[in-house]
Amino acid sequence: MIALAASIAALVALAAVPLFLTDYGLGLMIGMAGYVTLASAWALFSGQTRYISLATVAFYGIGAYTVAVLNETIAYPLVLACAGLVGAGLALVVGLSTLRLSGIYFVIFTFGLAELVRQLITWYEVNVTGTLGRYIFLDITAREIYWQLLALGTFTIGLTAWILRHRLGLALKVIGDDETVAAHAGIDLARTKLIAFTLSATIITLCGAISSPRWTYVEPIIVFNPNVSFLAVIMALLGGANRLWGPAAGAVPLFLLFEWLSVNFPDTYPIILGLMFIAVVFLLPDGVLGGLARLRQRGKAAA
Amino acid sequence: MSILEIHEATRIFGGLTAVNKVSFAMEAGEILGLLGPNGSGKTTLLNLLSGALAPSAGRIVIGRRDMTGRKPNIIARQGVARTFQLVRILPSLTLEENVIVSAVFGRNRHDKEAARRIARAALRDAGLEGMETCSAGDLTYLDQKRLELARALAAEPDILLMDEWLAGLNPTELHEAVALVRALSGRGMTIIMVEHIMEAVRALCPRSIVMNAGTLIADGPTANVLNDRHVVAAYLGEADDA
Amino acid sequence: MVGRPCGNAAVRAFASGPRPLGVPMPNTQAKRDPIMTIIILGLVLGGTYALLALGLTIQYGIARIMNLAYGEMTLVAAFVLVFVFRLTGLPPLVSILLVAPAAYGVGWLLYTVMMRPLVARAGTQGKLEVDSILATFGLLFVIQGLLLLVFGSDFTSVSFLEQGVEILGVSVAVNRLVALAICAAAGGGLAIVLARTRWGLVMRAAALTPASAPLVGIDVNRVARQAFALGTALAAVGGTSVAMYQTFSATDGVVFTMKALVIVIMGGVGNVAGALVAGFGLGLIETFVATVIDPGLTLAATFALFLAVLLWRPEGLFGRRA
Repeated sequence: MIALAASIAALVALAAVPLFLTDYGLGLMIGMAGYVTLASAWALFSGQTRYISLATVAFYGIGAYTVAVLNETIAYPLVLACAGLVGAGLALVVGLSTLRLSGIYFVIFTFGLAELVRQLITWYEVNVTGTLGRYIFLDITAREIYWQLLALGTFTIGLTAWILRHRLGLALKVIGDDETVAAHAGIDLARTKLIAFTLSATIITLCGAISSPRWTYVEPIIVFNPNVSFLAVIMALLGGANRLWGPAAGAVPLFLLFEWLSVNFPDTYPIILGLMFIAVVFLLPDGVLGGLARLRQRGKAAA
Repeated sequence: MSILEIHEATRIFGGLTAVNKVSFAMEAGEILGLLGPNGSGKTTLLNLLSGALAPSAGRIVIGRRDMTGRKPNIIARQGVARTFQLVRILPSLTLEENVIVSAVFGRNRHDKEAARRIARAALRDAGLEGMETCSAGDLTYLDQKRLELARALAAEPDILLMDEWLAGLNPTELHEAVALVRALSGRGMTIIMVEHIMEAVRALCPRSIVMNAGTLIADGPTANVLNDRHVVAAYLGEADDA
Repeated sequence: MVGRPCGNAAVRAFASGPRPLGVPMPNTQAKRDPIMTIIILGLVLGGTYALLALGLTIQYGIARIMNLAYGEMTLVAAFVLVFVFRLTGLPPLVSILLVAPAAYGVGWLLYTVMMRPLVARAGTQGKLEVDSILATFGLLFVIQGLLLLVFGSDFTSVSFLEQGVEILGVSVAVNRLVALAICAAAGGGLAIVLARTRWGLVMRAAALTPASAPLVGIDVNRVARQAFALGTALAAVGGTSVAMYQTFSATDGVVFTMKALVIVIMGGVGNVAGALVAGFGLGLIETFVATVIDPGLTLAATFALFLAVLLWRPEGLFGRRA
């Protein structure tokens, strides 16, 4: 009960923050809310099942691109709904073709997916519509974007909490440990993985759609930036990908760090990023939260 | 009425026929010993029964329903549970969670409270009482085997497949384990045991079948089967076995 | 960065324009006989792909490391070749003789320092797969960042033996033929060594049954290190052959890795002959798509092929059904 009250108070405080911030500060808050959402949504599927998806930006970019295509034709809520549907549809196609098989096929497929989608959209725009760039003219303020992202992030973490307490969460955890056991215990592997992957991908697509008005000009090179996939994974891993608050705990500090790095070390930024990633994989296999939990346990055992 | 019927089940890997037209049937409550030298196709046959592998040919009927080529989760819901030759536990879950899984997703799809009750009872049956909150990754090999059995029991199966579950036990433990299997059978469970420990097979299984090179070479009362000329030849062919 | 265009030049370069790899350059494309053109240019491209896939299938099949930075290793060799050629005028064919052993050494070192600890701590193949994917994903960004820093984000190529020769009525640049010869020599040689020598037998044994290889006296760790190093060397030789006839940029690695992975899956993991055949197959299909349909759709063709294989024969075109 206390935890719930504290969460609601924290949410209200977070919602009130933009009323006191400069544009720059608001930009940072938007970035943080966006990456907390992306990392949490990524972990909703990949953190539990250990099926590493490298396709975050494929869905994120599709969300943004859907808005760019539709923003002048239909109402904004409908645009978001369309983006969600497109993301879910692609997730179903990817999931149905790869999730029945061993995990490695899924990784390989997602590894190239963003590049594929980017090339296909570029080809379509150049050869069929004859334009490459598109403009987004939406009457949405930065604050509204922040609030939407905050709502989506809250929804993502809430949904993860709900899933972890129910059958689906247990099924995902068992799949992450041993698929053969999972199947023999009566878990429908393909269906379970497909549901979680589609939920995760839909949230990521919506995140891209909601963030897109921050760009006024959109083209495939901009919205399919592979760093987004990379960041979502490293943030979730740093915090602890199989824990409810892990991805959020990784996203906030890393976002601020990367923001600072990209301003101060624009040239060496990708190298630092890669080295940090390797360091996380080697030094914190369970994430910071997992490491803390182990320390606590050891402390208890010693006491 | 047979609870399990296998008609000419066959499984081919590349050019190798691991299971070749095996047929037999079981009545509810039977304990069957599945014997044979290493590599004779016993585990492959269990894999066909549990759905881990689909048969290349033949039919498998469980509880009067045709389960040929169905996925393991479907077969599990039809009331089949198993243990694995190489123990498979869920290392990042607690013991209780390990066992709850099959109560939650098994044939009866229990809700959380009922599943927990069943899981605790299964852990008790398997001799792991009081360890519910331990992490499964920290268990000794023997306790891992117990945990596997508990997980199979929590599925409340009609048919239990045990793949060399008794291997590696010391004499005292073997004694306890034999008593446990007998008790399970007393509850009406149908059991197939792949086993190399003949003492246990003799004590537990009124009936045995023997495989050699993928083919069923004997089926009958255990004492007769073990004295069968073909069976003796099959085992003597593999001197370091049995 | 979410909700804000990223102004990082490196980032923009990563997602550079829609120029697909392996598209035949206009000057080598004879209009006389399109089918022969597709076949010959496709075989050249396929040779490079086959070699690249060979290295990857050895790394994954024998060393059990899924190396997502594979394409970057290829690119490093390609850049080194061009750089050395421009700086010293050293003929590319000579550089290959230097690049290949150097890459072997780098691979040896990388395995010892980076992969071996992952292998040691991972209990299962699944855990190792996840760890190696993540670690090499990080490595991908490190190498790419270094390439961008040193060589910039522009497209690079080298002018080397560009004059054409007539083969079966098709004009082909000599550099392409040299590239094909290199791939044939490296790939074919390796295939023979793996099939005929005792060392090859050890390698194949480790690939088939890593668990029981130690029982017959095989040092699995040593074999894995050699395999990883060998794979790296093949990646490098593949890279030098790419550099001879294609333009490339520091951000093309992902596409190379992707194509090599698709070929490995098509050929069956660890299957050398399968990788060679599937590599030539992909080269032909891509050249066909690029010439007849649209050069912008070659990656889509790769993916379509990948999907078809996954749905039809997930164990690989030449694998046995397990």
